[in-house]
Amino acid sequence: MENIEQRVKKIVAEQLGVNESEIKIESSFVDDLGADSLDTVELVMALEEEFECEIPDEEAEKITTVQQAVDYVNAHLKK
Amino acid sequence: MSLALDGQVALVTGASRGIGRAVALELGRLGATVVGTATSDAGAAEIEKALADAGAKGAGMVLNVTAEGACEALIGEVEKRFGAIGILVNNAGITRDNLAMRMKDEEWDAVIDTNLRAVFRLSKLVMRGMMKARNGRIINITSVVASAGNPGQANYAAAKAGVAGMTRALARELGSRNITVNCVAPGFIDTDMTRALPEAARDALLGNIALGRLGRPEEIAAAVAFLASPAAAYVTGTTLHVNGGMYMS
Repeated sequence: MENIEQRVKKIVAEQLGVNESEIKIESSFVDDLGADSLDTVELVMALEEEFECEIPDEEAEKITTVQQAVDYVNAHLKK
Repeated sequence: MSLALDGQVALVTGASRGIGRAVALELGRLGATVVGTATSDAGAAEIEKALADAGAKGAGMVLNVTAEGACEALIGEVEKRFGAIGILVNNAGITRDNLAMRMKDEEWDAVIDTNLRAVFRLSKLVMRGMMKARNGRIINITSVVASAGNPGQANYAAAKAGVAGMTRALARELGSRNITVNCVAPGFIDTDMTRALPEAARDALLGNIALGRLGRPEEIAAAVAFLASPAAAYVTGTTLHVNGGMYMS
């Protein structure tokens, strides 16, 4: 089983069309990986599907880096 | 280019009568699976029968577009039964005509709630699936009144013009995901809604129509079908006026 960080990075790579090797734990979706605002919304949608959960809008807005996504998943979800 | 809609799932609100009914039947005729909504069980049953009689796939369902929870539940049910919605036609609408001096807050609110707010609500609900599919068509039925104005319809004109502005914003927001958002603005169409007008008002209106007659619901449905079709892939953020020359911009 892949760990949360790997799963998050894989989704980020798929959604943003970037190479997984370019994605660092501290990468910001918008500043480092070239996401626009709609991309970030879609990314959250994809995370919701991968981890079978619903991320409320006010929480989703705070997820702007890979680290924050991993932290959110670790804090809120059953693995 | 093709007008065929095979394999598409379309949701048409306010489909038991008039323009909505004609739109539902036309999309069905072109091969889409059509869910038409009505506010009553009888209306929903009528839609279902009309689709079946025409040999079209789909269903009639009950929906009050002003109820958030009901909209969410309906979208869920449609997607479960038929698959992701690729075409949304926001057609359901009401009028509460009154001179502005006499217009009550309830008349204003009812029209804004049904004709503007619900259009946003339903559009928002179908966006997720359309974004994932990287494909989608949102078609909003507005009115010539949004451009030309009409005494006694401050609420209706405001709502319809509001929809046109929202349409342009959504077209920009969703364009990168291959979702188009457009309006069809009917003129004076022969439906229950316009039959409710006093005769003098009808005659005055007819005098302003270049083609000298009322439009038929099928003539609006044809415009909607075009915007829903692959042939309209490069059309977004626009209003297609279908009014017999009643208003020319």
